[in-house]
Amino acid sequence: MADPLLVYPDPPPPELVRTLDLGCFNWMVVDSAKSPEGRYVGAVVSVDESPEDAFAFCRALNRRGLDIPVLMLVSGSLLQELDLRDDLFTDFCITPFHQRELEARLAHLVWRSGTPLRPELIEYGPLMLNVETYQASINGKPLDLTYMEYELLKFLASSPGKVFTRDTLLSRVWGYDYFGGARTVDVHVRRLRSKLGEEHASLLATVRSVGYRFGLSRWDRQAS
Amino acid sequence: MEPQKDYVLRTVEERGVRLIRLWFTDVLGQLKSVAISPAELADAFEEGLQFDGSAIDGFSRVQESDVLAVPDASTFELLPWADPDEPSGRIFCDIRNPDGTPFAGDPRWVLRRTLAKAAEMGYTFYTAPEVEFFYFQDSNPNAPLVPVDNASYFDLTTADVASPLRKRTIGMLEAMGIPVEYSFHEDSPSQHEIDLRYTEALSMADNVMTLRLVVRKLALDRNLHATFMPKPLNGVQGSGMHTHMSLFENDVNAFYDAGHSYGLSKTAQSFIAGLLIYAREITAVTNQLVNSYKRLVVGDEAPTFVSWARNNRSALVRVPVVKPGKESSTRIEYRALDSAANPYLAFSVMLAAGLKGVEEGYELTPEAATDLYTTSKETARATGLEELPMSLSEALDALESSPLMAEVLGEHIHEWFLRNKRAEYSEFRQEVTAFELRRYLNTW
Repeated sequence: MADPLLVYPDPPPPELVRTLDLGCFNWMVVDSAKSPEGRYVGAVVSVDESPEDAFAFCRALNRRGLDIPVLMLVSGSLLQELDLRDDLFTDFCITPFHQRELEARLAHLVWRSGTPLRPELIEYGPLMLNVETYQASINGKPLDLTYMEYELLKFLASSPGKVFTRDTLLSRVWGYDYFGGARTVDVHVRRLRSKLGEEHASLLATVRSVGYRFGLSRWDRQAS
Repeated sequence: MEPQKDYVLRTVEERGVRLIRLWFTDVLGQLKSVAISPAELADAFEEGLQFDGSAIDGFSRVQESDVLAVPDASTFELLPWADPDEPSGRIFCDIRNPDGTPFAGDPRWVLRRTLAKAAEMGYTFYTAPEVEFFYFQDSNPNAPLVPVDNASYFDLTTADVASPLRKRTIGMLEAMGIPVEYSFHEDSPSQHEIDLRYTEALSMADNVMTLRLVVRKLALDRNLHATFMPKPLNGVQGSGMHTHMSLFENDVNAFYDAGHSYGLSKTAQSFIAGLLIYAREITAVTNQLVNSYKRLVVGDEAPTFVSWARNNRSALVRVPVVKPGKESSTRIEYRALDSAANPYLAFSVMLAAGLKGVEEGYELTPEAATDLYTTSKETARATGLEELPMSLSEALDALESSPLMAEVLGEHIHEWFLRNKRAEYSEFRQEVTAFELRRYLNTW
């Protein structure tokens, strides 16, 4: 797994969380520059919540000698705050940001380090998802999915064995403002199962009165 | 570009799709298709594909006939029956005016508008239709119809020769992301039923259009003819499209209330009351053919009286008994609808009638306790039971005088539909039928 991206502040803006999750980025959230130990590939700092704290966080990263590139998320109205602070960030992106722009900027931010930000392939048993090309296949045979089916499967398959509640799936895959409620998740899981076909439908397990899980549970894997 | 559109364009490129079929539905519920090449898809997303709407039923206008088909990226599917070496896909379209505003003659827009109204009230509308249809040896209307089998309800015998065909149909629907709940041989010879698993109403209307095409296409591959005509054979039951409906407020079934003896919330009761009050006005849309009214007769599993009941299949609105622990599946079933309805318009008028009931807080009358198939008209009248329209003409009268229907369908469709259907009825009225010849030629 690639080194994680640092994300500030805690909690991060929901749209940022969604983009990072949907893009299969490895990331961890911090609320001060004191806490991060270990290696990081870069940092994403949202300025809008509290500009002073955000800049203090970046200064602290510099002081600690964590030589990592920093992407700032800043709204147009706060843009002038970046004046004379060029030492604190590598690149910036205007909020509300466009999902694909942010992904492209993140990829560019870290290219120098030579470490991939996210896996290009997700494989589990017969299933393979290519995150770059949006293609899914099962036993090498292409699986034709709609966008939301693909995103849901990718999200679940990124964490095999982990159980997600329907509300979590709704907010992470569809976004917080989605109208329709967790019933939407059920409908899409059922559609995904039909496309996976009888043989593979069980890859998407219903965990009674909790939610859904992709693949075997951790318990099952240990047992086998 | 939005991620959904980007996703579709990437898929088209990765899979080497050669042809994209833009699908939309005319006012009568016929599927229309225009094929474009992948190179044109990006433009179609942004600007729409312009075409002359004057040749499409219900699209024609006096002043201006050009309209735009704008693909809805969330509906893209590869066609599972296409040549794997030359994949092709389909995508449903919304129809817009050249200035980008929604086109009033687009049934999908009527449903979108009605669903938006439900959303304003906090509701998501789910439907689950049970689609019935017949297979015949031939599509020649001048020869006697030959059923493919003489099996009956739930039969699992070698007599059900269409069983492999049905199985293949279901496999194809599932591959297109249309989950099937049940399928079985229905009551009449060669009659089959496919029950779709509930989903949000706009996707479901798209699914019904897809199902009709898949059923007919796979039958044709075996030199058989599949028909959704409501009543093709005399003396046996016709093809209905009983539709289960529920409203959800986020994750909560708005139709369920543990405090009520039937588990029906006030919302559900008022929704049913709305459906019953407007039943006669929506019938021309739910049952739009001259032939539809030959199905709505006593005894053939079809309702004839405006009524509701639990577990009484002769009622117009049935409230299925919900298994303990499955309260979230509380729903109601509207049983007049037939397989030839335009699903976009039919779901719209049923939803609008129900929502009107909820808005106005209509009270639900007591349920019909008896078997309505054996109820005489006199008894019905005495107990205040209204009858459903007995002909297309009667249904059109009720539709014409309905302010609610004018509002739901919009003036454009309301007016065009009435004009078109009056003409259909008038042609029918002028034709001398086999019945008349048989009955009168030698007697008079």
